[in-house]
Amino acid sequence: MTVPVQISLAVNGERVDAQVLPRLNLADFLREHLQLTGTHVGCEHGVCGACTVRVNGEIVRSCLMLAVQTHGTSVQTIEGLSDSGEISDLQAAFRDRNALQCGFCTPGMLMAAQDWLKQGAAPDRQRIREHLSGNYCRCTGYQAIIDAVETTARARMGRKS
Amino acid sequence: MKASAFSYARATSVGNALELLAAHGDKAKVLSGGQSLMPAMNLRLISPELIVDIGELAELRGIAVAGNVVKIGALTRHVDLLRSPEVAAHAPLLTEATAHIAHPAIRNRGTIGGSLAHADPASELPACMVALNATIIVRGQDGERRIAAEDFFTGIYETALSARELLVAVELPVARKNSAHFFHEFARRHGDYAVVGLAAQAIMAGDSFADLRLVFFAAADRPVLARAANKLVDVTITPATLAGASMALGEQLDPLDDQQASASMRRHLAKVLMVRCVSLLLGRADLNAGGPV
Repeated sequence: MTVPVQISLAVNGERVDAQVLPRLNLADFLREHLQLTGTHVGCEHGVCGACTVRVNGEIVRSCLMLAVQTHGTSVQTIEGLSDSGEISDLQAAFRDRNALQCGFCTPGMLMAAQDWLKQGAAPDRQRIREHLSGNYCRCTGYQAIIDAVETTARARMGRKS
Repeated sequence: MKASAFSYARATSVGNALELLAAHGDKAKVLSGGQSLMPAMNLRLISPELIVDIGELAELRGIAVAGNVVKIGALTRHVDLLRSPEVAAHAPLLTEATAHIAHPAIRNRGTIGGSLAHADPASELPACMVALNATIIVRGQDGERRIAAEDFFTGIYETALSARELLVAVELPVARKNSAHFFHEFARRHGDYAVVGLAAQAIMAGDSFADLRLVFFAAADRPVLARAANKLVDVTITPATLAGASMALGEQLDPLDDQQASASMRRHLAKVLMVRCVSLLLGRADLNAGGPV
């Protein structure tokens, strides 16, 4: 028998209490229960990266995590990062460099890129590629995405110094 | 696809997890980081009736060095291994190998215990455990068993672990003086499943090997400790000895054919890796001049 489980977590800083079936994954919980549809569902087995979100500050695949596993955690989605302004410079660089076309991969790509950027490492295209290697894009050919992340990294370094 | 319906239990202690496993046997599956289990469930390759989530068992997490042993708890994540100064100092092979496991978002969730219990023949950690002579510690309601890594992996996704036992930790001997290691895998892209790979741990004695453990992965149904390495220990290595070892390796390996590579391509690449490894560890570029025979 499978029965709903009570969970309590923070999503983009807001407390959420819910009853969820064990089989519900975090991506579907965010999209269908909380209407946070910025998190995209592509392959549903951890390969494409479109569903990348943050749990307790670290990026994870939300299709490979059950909603019940997020009990007591803090989840941040693309809506949270976007609304707080944390990635406004990165989003602007994506627009400037045409680093998106259909936009399906973009939320996951931004999550993964920001994860690399906030480590504060020097701009290095090879490192950026490695960090984004788990995120598929079928439009851009990746060059423009790497350009946008590199540009943002340089600008942020400039601001710090 | 989505996983089919299952019941869920969040284990409150190792004892509690073992009770649940004893009661449900192979109808239950242990959920650790979920980075292999969840894809298999989403693809409906498996449909367990009960998921036993051990994610909250803090006692299974962490890396400790005591005497000549590095003990790594089953719930230690790949990212923890990668960042651990203890692992870098005492088992650098493991640090290097972990960087090849999938991608950052996967490494933030995947655990060493999960990877070993899952026993994918293409994964890096099982091969490292065999190369490093690790002991795998499993617990059941009747107590603990300590299993040599070489005996632990028994086939594709098959191990010596029973459905009523929990993998709790691994123990690695601290790398000895004069140790050296080599890790390389061929993959379509960084982070993809290896086409074939090699994890090697050696003890150097001047210009030769005092010990050499060459463990190939994605080269058979489980990690393979190459018997050919015996031909390379305590001898001065010439192109001829290496060619002999290369031939012996080819005879021992029984790789699988799949959409990534044919068996003969895997056998060839394994030989390439062995030659590169020996040449690099000995600092002998001449041994790698002609490629494998």
